Amino acid sequence: MNQNVNKQALFNYVLALGDDAITMGHRLSEWCRNAPFLEEDLAIGNVALDFIGRAQMFYQYAAELDDQGRSEDDLAFLRDCRDFRNLLIYELPKGDFAFTMVRQMIVDLFNMEFLEQLTKSSDERLSAIAGKCIKESRYHLRRSHDWVLRLGDGTEESHERAQRALVDIWGYTPELFMVDESEQQLVQAGIAVDRAALMSVWDNRVGQILTEAKLQKPEDSWKVEGGRRGVHTEHLGHMLSELQFLQRAYPGLQW
Amino acid sequence: MIPLVSESQRLREQYRKEAGLEDVWAALEQIKDPEIPVISIWDLGILQEVEQQGERIKVVITPTYSGCPAMHEITRDIRQVLEQAGYAQVEVVSRLSPAWTTDWMTSEGRKRLIEYGIAAPVGCAADGSETPIACPLCGSEEVTKISEFGSTACKALFQCKECQEPFDYFKCI
Ligand SMILES: [Zn+2]
Repeated sequence: MNQNVNKQALFNYVLALGDDAITMGHRLSEWCRNAPFLEEDLAIGNVALDFIGRAQMFYQYAAELDDQGRSEDDLAFLRDCRDFRNLLIYELPKGDFAFTMVRQMIVDLFNMEFLEQLTKSSDERLSAIAGKCIKESRYHLRRSHDWVLRLGDGTEESHERAQRALVDIWGYTPELFMVDESEQQLVQAGIAVDRAALMSVWDNRVGQILTEAKLQKPEDSWKVEGGRRGVHTEHLGHMLSELQFLQRAYPGLQW
Repeated sequence: MIPLVSESQRLREQYRKEAGLEDVWAALEQIKDPEIPVISIWDLGILQEVEQQGERIKVVITPTYSGCPAMHEITRDIRQVLEQAGYAQVEVVSRLSPAWTTDWMTSEGRKRLIEYGIAAPVGCAADGSETPIACPLCGSEEVTKISEFGSTACKALFQCKECQEPFDYFKCI
């Protein structure tokens, strides 16, 4: 394999993982001081921080691989929508608390499987980052799993909201398992995780949790994709205008 | 209470013993975790290695949680403390692997946590063993978990059924 192609593919891959983490972290951070009660506010803020820290680790690595010499902050704050490569599920607005927790359970389950495989990456840096993140994801999942049970098997209203969230999110889940050509190269090189191969385990585990929570698994009737190509929902631009506000208003500002 | 020292912690202590540079270790041990100001970065398991390369001192640390804001402060403190101790050239290396684990927390660190009112991590993250969590105030093991996350990512929130006090538990990770 051409060394240059390989490096570009690796950069894209690491950047996309950073984008996944920062969009998820930002959406969770929007609950800060808005969560249903104090303990939950703290919990959700802590999970948000884990994701933002995760983004930082990926962006640091991406910056080292970048031909254009951009820093980790440049990558986070000076790119526009079409340059973001996150999967769409992460950028969806936080919605109500049921939406947030149902999505969280879905992505935590995915991340447990994904990070487990990423620890076996032939790329030492990715493997080290994954080894660190998986410990955190284990706690994230314990909490999101708990909440989905409480909401699904709770009151009539909490059940209804959780079910509605599930239906709204479901079409965004297939993208978690779609691998493009550049990523496929890295899978063959033992660097990237074959996400397509994680689908059946994930599907099983989600099914178990939903049954336990008395929620109905939606039919696979529609799906959207595009995040890894830079094609996003209308929500990402609004999110970035807030996430990147300081750098847009005061370019080059430092703490 | 029998102090349980994990294999990885035994190796860490052995490294320190053989590394020399006692003055550097002693200086670094003054640095406390900014969120839990009673526990040093050594006792918390963040400080790993110290090495002298000519004029330069290289300090290796392992970050705790990915987004822990304390790591920035700790890095700054390391430079400051070593500069005061007469070392002008300091390199702080943040090492991700092996990932930080509460198995590296020293017995002294655990003791200080409890005195501070935080239940210390019990059991061993490496082999997944767990022993009951005890209330740091009255020692009762009749406790219940309120939230998986406490005031910071490294802690969970519990309440004691005996004395009714809520308390932080430093999670085993
Ligand atoms: Zn008590």
